[in-house]
Amino acid sequence: MRALWFHLMPYQDLPDNFKDEHPSVWVSIDRHLFDSQRGHELYNEYMDELEFAAAQGFDAICVNEHHANAYGLMPSPNLIAASLARRTSDAAICVMGNSVALYNPPTRVAEEMAMIDCISGGRLIAGFPVGTAMDTCYAYGQNPGLLRPRYYEAIDLITRAWESEEPFAFNGRFNQQRYVNVWPRPMQKPRPPIWVPGSGSIETWDMCAEKDFLYAYLSYFGWQASAGVMKGFWNRMKELGKEPNPFHAGFLQFVGVAETRKEAEKLYARHADYFYNRCLHLDSGFSSPPGYTTEESIRARLGSQIAAAAGAKGGGPQTIAGDYSKTKFFDEGHVIIGSPDEVADKLREVATQLNVGNILLLMHFGDMPRELTEYNTSLFAKKVLPQIKGLFEDEWEHKWWPKPIAPGQRQQPAPVTAFAS
Amino acid sequence: MSELVERSVVTPTGSARVWEKGVGNPIGFFAGLGGLPAWLPVLDRLAERHRVVAPSLPGFPGGANFERLDDIFDWSLAAIDLVMEAGLIGADLIGPSVGGALAAEVAALRPDLVRKLVLIAPYGLFDETAPIADVFACKPGEQSGLLTRDPQAYDAYRTRPNSANEMDWTVMQVRAEMAAARILWPLGETGLRKRLSRIAQPTLIIWGAQDRVIPPSYAAKFAEAVAAETKIVTIPDAGHKVEFDAPDAVAAAIAEFLAC
Repeated sequence: MRALWFHLMPYQDLPDNFKDEHPSVWVSIDRHLFDSQRGHELYNEYMDELEFAAAQGFDAICVNEHHANAYGLMPSPNLIAASLARRTSDAAICVMGNSVALYNPPTRVAEEMAMIDCISGGRLIAGFPVGTAMDTCYAYGQNPGLLRPRYYEAIDLITRAWESEEPFAFNGRFNQQRYVNVWPRPMQKPRPPIWVPGSGSIETWDMCAEKDFLYAYLSYFGWQASAGVMKGFWNRMKELGKEPNPFHAGFLQFVGVAETRKEAEKLYARHADYFYNRCLHLDSGFSSPPGYTTEESIRARLGSQIAAAAGAKGGGPQTIAGDYSKTKFFDEGHVIIGSPDEVADKLREVATQLNVGNILLLMHFGDMPRELTEYNTSLFAKKVLPQIKGLFEDEWEHKWWPKPIAPGQRQQPAPVTAFAS
Repeated sequence: MSELVERSVVTPTGSARVWEKGVGNPIGFFAGLGGLPAWLPVLDRLAERHRVVAPSLPGFPGGANFERLDDIFDWSLAAIDLVMEAGLIGADLIGPSVGGALAAEVAALRPDLVRKLVLIAPYGLFDETAPIADVFACKPGEQSGLLTRDPQAYDAYRTRPNSANEMDWTVMQVRAEMAAARILWPLGETGLRKRLSRIAQPTLIIWGAQDRVIPPSYAAKFAEAVAAETKIVTIPDAGHKVEFDAPDAVAAAIAEFLAC
């Protein structure tokens, strides 16, 4: 079992009346709410926390990309990852990821990730999400109906740029480059492992099976929300003749650990509330631009809604926009809390049930202060991690994990010295 | 007045529905946002004196598959093909909203195809001092109120007839949104400004005084950019879907313009 310590980097000072007085956390977020002095503090604090997690023994530290978003301060996760690569030595660096359709040409992603892979000595996990509608279509103006074709083409271009032995010409529907020749080359050969965060579409599962990418389902609504999707994923893998290797899949989980469950509730409740009731306060108009969801998926969704109207069980559209004021984050499994033993038991149970060997842990959430984040992280590292670490490791090989150079070969940053005046 | 007739034409993009009614000189009609899920009263008014021919643009109800139409060049060619295949060579051409943006392209690129041009609150330009509203970022249930002065009547117009399948009807409307977004996203200029100076045909520009999507100030910008003589008619008490909100006034303005 691999434990990845994931930071969203939320802005912490959204006001108490945010939900009532402001239209959205994303796209139209009020720019006056951003204080650059706080930005300075938060970036440094959050990078410290990621480095702290790496030093505590988590298998990877993980960053991601959002735009015009007050709960995700990383328009460029690559900047953060480059810095983390210098200040950590063993943990994998998971960039989860770059929304590759946004980059023109996408070769830029191949170059920057090759740089991170070289700087880190081959510790990079390359994540390729389609990107949310808010990030890609609204904040970045991408045509919603062309986003997916661009995404698939960009992945094709990037992987060829990494794997090709020679410079080549790329003549795509959206990208044309007479000369593709990525320098530097990635350290991992032929390329870093590719992880794909998906939303449950069959199309994405098939791509992961065909190209041997890891599939991760990242939901803010915990393991219960992930269960149905992971079941669908494994059914599809079986149909395609893939072995049920749990390391082929990942899921996201908020976790808060303390000496007792009661104590955990006391420590983490307000920060979970900040996340669900301020960070997820999204203008619902931004959640579904026409064309972002394919006609095929809409038909499938409508089918289940029509069935639901007829009394059968069905699912609604997937959007994070909603009212969480009455949500019981802990009882409903959005956030797993408890004593170290309780959390370990739950995670083992969930990982086994979902058959998932990679867990992306959000142990900082909302406006959690540094001390509590470090407490959560170190208690987990000391008392939970040893209990879950061995899961699946004897039965299965992890084929989607970075293959860095030997520790002895890795460069360490030289101490900074000043010349005497 | 004759009955509504449906036929289909085959274009390089695919086969498309053509609705037709009336006798007289032909008028082509490219529908606006949402397309034509059903026939419109304004077209009945026009059909009293003309043969109104409404070919469906790709992706809109009755239209061909639009998946391979990537840019305004592809869309303009598809619109030109429709004009030719629907038998509208040399006819007058009317286009509201997104249909207006393409009608203007046809008139600019193929002046031989269009006699007189009528643009009803067309897309295609963008004024940063008076930005176009985002019809693609409406909360559920809000879009009709943005488009028209009478959202209930507009919702009723779009309601599924008993004869239509529920899934197909819904998908048809979603697909029309997708097609409009494919053409217009992210709502900036489509490049039409450069080509408006090629429009030498007499052009009528109609705008709803209460248009909450594209401000009425855009009428003058179109008039300024079109090479030919233009006439602007502003219809009071009408929103972006002027032809829906004020069918009599719109039909009268068009009839007068086409007659002279």
